[in-house]
Amino acid sequence: MSPRRPAPQAPPKPRPKGASQSRTRLTDRLDSWQAHHSTTAVESLQRLFRTPMQSLLTWLVVAVAVALPAALYLVLNNIQDLGYSWQDSGQMSVFLVEDVRPEAIDALLTSLDKDGRIDQVTHVPPGDALEEFKAYSGLGRVLQGLEENPLPDVLLVRPATHDPDALGELRDAIAAKPVVAEARLDMAWVRRLQEMMALGQRVVLALATLLALGVLLAVGNTIRLAIENRRDEILVVKLVGGTDAFVRRPFLYTGLWYGLGGGILALALLGLGLWWLSGPVARLADLYQSDFRLQGLDLTESLQLVLLSGVLGLLGAWLAVARHLIQIEPS
Amino acid sequence: MIRFDNVSKRYGSGQDALSRVSFDVARGEMLFLTGHSGAGKSTLMKLIMLMERPTRGQVLIDDRNLNRLSRRHIPYFRRKVGVVFQNHQLLFDRSVFENVALPLHIAGYQPGEVGRRVRAALDKVGLLDKERHNPIMLSGGEQQRVGIARAVVNKPPLLLADEPTGNLDPELSADIMNLFEQFNDVGVTVMIASHDLSLLKRMNKRVLALSGGQVAHDGALA
Repeated sequence: MSPRRPAPQAPPKPRPKGASQSRTRLTDRLDSWQAHHSTTAVESLQRLFRTPMQSLLTWLVVAVAVALPAALYLVLNNIQDLGYSWQDSGQMSVFLVEDVRPEAIDALLTSLDKDGRIDQVTHVPPGDALEEFKAYSGLGRVLQGLEENPLPDVLLVRPATHDPDALGELRDAIAAKPVVAEARLDMAWVRRLQEMMALGQRVVLALATLLALGVLLAVGNTIRLAIENRRDEILVVKLVGGTDAFVRRPFLYTGLWYGLGGGILALALLGLGLWWLSGPVARLADLYQSDFRLQGLDLTESLQLVLLSGVLGLLGAWLAVARHLIQIEPS
Repeated sequence: MIRFDNVSKRYGSGQDALSRVSFDVARGEMLFLTGHSGAGKSTLMKLIMLMERPTRGQVLIDDRNLNRLSRRHIPYFRRKVGVVFQNHQLLFDRSVFENVALPLHIAGYQPGEVGRRVRAALDKVGLLDKERHNPIMLSGGEQQRVGIARAVVNKPPLLLADEPTGNLDPELSADIMNLFEQFNDVGVTVMIASHDLSLLKRMNKRVLALSGGQVAHDGALA
């Protein structure tokens, strides 16, 4: 669209009455449009509660379809956490060059401490490392014969990330420092876990897509029945000048309520399942001297789940309305 | 106000409901539409309400060619035509008040304005004391009057009535006709479909008689 030239200045004889009147009428319209939205929203919710069993069934269908992929997603997340905490997978061993000066080690430690990609750095001096080696390797006597300590200074670095690419970058960055002889990282385990998770996520996504389709159809079918039940009303509304949007509105709100209600119910189901499993999981973890605990959805994820479910309900209603409402015409 | 210009309507079955019908109705006129069932009365009404489209010819309402009105604009057009149905088409899941208020809600009136107009319309048809009732509890004549209140609550310039006295006894029909005359007196164009010959004679208004889909008579009854 091309910008319009400003209208010529109005003559100094304004018509405030006409102008303000039409403005008032527009705001009036907007107000009543808003009012109709809110009354329709409330009325459609009340209508659902008037047939509680039927509504509950639809809510449960939506809830199960939403909770199932969400539960699998949680299982996947927990397995991932568990995997990382078990294997200490991210631990990086940084071997320093021989005869490095203590100030240089301190400088390196400070710089690594400041790095946001790193969780924790521990310095193992050669003497400590040798003692440990003697104690655990069973080669104590052989080592005793050594004239000098062959071990270098080692830094144990625990990265803050589990992403293989980021880990690789971090390792390269550390290895490039002048006092570092070598930085070693067991990437195979990290990569394997990452690939398994990617596979799992795809399975969850495929399942979620199928179940989302199920929600669309379930809500769509329920709305179709609601449209049939209110056929007379739709006819009268169309005869006295109701627009398509006006006729559509209550059904779209009904779909939205089915979706949101189902989402909230799904959260409840997930919470119940988590509570039921958390006791045994905690006891099992204790037996393995692990402080692993089941993690549920956080607040943002919970809100996203309910919102997503609401959008699905709305879409399902839209599908039904688009297909069936147009067929009801007064004749 | 209403202008039919060589209007024909043929249904899918091949039956001609109207053939080359032409007539004019002036603004503020009151007339009756009559004819045997199947003569084309309902089709004519449906064409004005845009429930049907003509096969040939043009229908003009308030100088507006309905052929050029897109589907999207039909609702806004219908708000300017009040319709009283033979079977009243009331909704039994809500009160009399809500039934009459429906066109105002649709047109987006403020709640205060809705209440004022609904009560004025109910007062006009003498049912102000029944606003909280469910229409199913009312008699046939009262239901018809609720239907009339709903048709006029939006103050449309054109009022159509399809056999409004079809199921009513003569005294009640006279009441209803009296109401229509009152609306006509304030400038509303009124068109009433009826096959009640004695009523037509008594009212002594212009009569448009259809027969076999064609205009058989136009003017006052002799």
